[in-house]
Amino acid sequence: MSDIFEGLSAAFWLVVTLDPELLQISLRSLQVSLTALVIACAIALPFGTFLAIRRFRYRRLAISVLNALMGLPPVVVGLIVYILLSRSGPFGVLGLLFTPTAMVIAQVIIITPLIASITHQAMRELWAEYHDLLISLNTSAAQRIRTLIWDGRRNLLTAALAGFGRGIGEVGAIMIVGGNIDNATRVLTTAIALETGKGDFALALALGFVLIALAIGVNICIHWLSRTEREGRW
Amino acid sequence: MMTRVLASVAAIFIATTALSEDIKLAVTTSFENSGLSEVLLPAIKEDIGLDVQLLVVGTGQALRLGQAGDVDAILVHSRAAEEKFVEEGYGTYRREIMYNDFVFIGPAADPAEIASSSSAVVALQKIAGTAPPFVSRGDDSGTHKMELSLWESAGLDPAEFADWYRAVGSGMGASLNTAAGLDAYILADRASWLNFGNKADLALLFSGDPALFNQYAFLAVNPEKHPHVRNDLAVKLETWLTSPRAAELINSYQINGETLFTFNAQPR
Repeated sequence: MSDIFEGLSAAFWLVVTLDPELLQISLRSLQVSLTALVIACAIALPFGTFLAIRRFRYRRLAISVLNALMGLPPVVVGLIVYILLSRSGPFGVLGLLFTPTAMVIAQVIIITPLIASITHQAMRELWAEYHDLLISLNTSAAQRIRTLIWDGRRNLLTAALAGFGRGIGEVGAIMIVGGNIDNATRVLTTAIALETGKGDFALALALGFVLIALAIGVNICIHWLSRTEREGRW
Repeated sequence: MMTRVLASVAAIFIATTALSEDIKLAVTTSFENSGLSEVLLPAIKEDIGLDVQLLVVGTGQALRLGQAGDVDAILVHSRAAEEKFVEEGYGTYRREIMYNDFVFIGPAADPAEIASSSSAVVALQKIAGTAPPFVSRGDDSGTHKMELSLWESAGLDPAEFADWYRAVGSGMGASLNTAAGLDAYILADRASWLNFGNKADLALLFSGDPALFNQYAFLAVNPEKHPHVRNDLAVKLETWLTSPRAAELINSYQINGETLFTFNAQPR
């Protein structure tokens, strides 16, 4: 129990003194997970909406697979990305292994199905409401997807935040493809794993509290920027 | 508003940092956990301007990384595996750098009474006889290989042990944490043990047998197998690691007044 208080006070001092190393790995955590989030959203939001409005032959199968992929084990994703990016793998020439880019790739794979799946759920209901209107206006598929994404942006925000949460808290995949290299690919979660390995629980916990605070901070920022949950607008 | 914010966020984050002279070195968890890397790396940066990027993994995985050409060099401690690595042409040669020793850690009360053992083999036989919880690395690391070869010398096969023998499949630190939680015996390298922060009820019970000698060696990945590896930098690093400056830093590295590593590179 005393470990937790030591962790809290260590976290407090790390933040108050603006520890340069903490700052660096926190920024890298944000960099990797936010980049992955932007890319994943660019893929998942249109795709999830497309699944909601289009009827095609293997739609059920596509939706089932997508839902199943929400639970994709990060370690497996990490291993597969690792093998693909390894110098002796098919994309080895790119030299991407053990770089932040490799970590972004792994996280995109992990969070895209999650965001797409939540998007699909939300869009299905919205589409039921908008169906007649959009059909009667003779809109194109692209126009329909755009309209739905815009009008469903509150729900999509939830999808994106869920994806961000999964990304920033993830350690299995980025440990494998990033390698937890100091000053290059160390992020908060891998640093926590490292400090735990050294038996330095206070520092590990301190980093953990910083991570939680960071996740809360990003959520608040996004809500503020998108002006949700305000009087008269929700 | 939203799109502009997103665009600027993306612009900031996509910009990657410029690369200086970087070398990727796969090292064993014990090298990093001992804290020696924190002394050596800044000195290397200062002396030869090289940024050493450490990949901290077990010896087994370090050798795999070298075989795949994902790192430029490796620093590990498992002689048989290293010689095989060189024989198969993945490395050009192995260069011994320094050594420390393995120690037996266990509950301070020492139920198996290994502290009075005459040798490491006897200690293991005592442990197998009383069957207290024993944590094994189980991750194909240098320490794990050492433990297995000691069991073999003791005429025992871990595969036949009952569930008092726990192979955790983790790094040195994580395994020590498990041992601390279970109040179990474990084989660790001295450096990691001294630098470990969560000792709980554990204590160093047995050490000093020459069989527990732990040699670290440096192997540059063969540029003929992997033309992209920075062999020039690996050689530069090797020269530094075997220099008098490295010798001084390694020999003077202490924790709680105890010397952890002994430099033993031979000039060539």
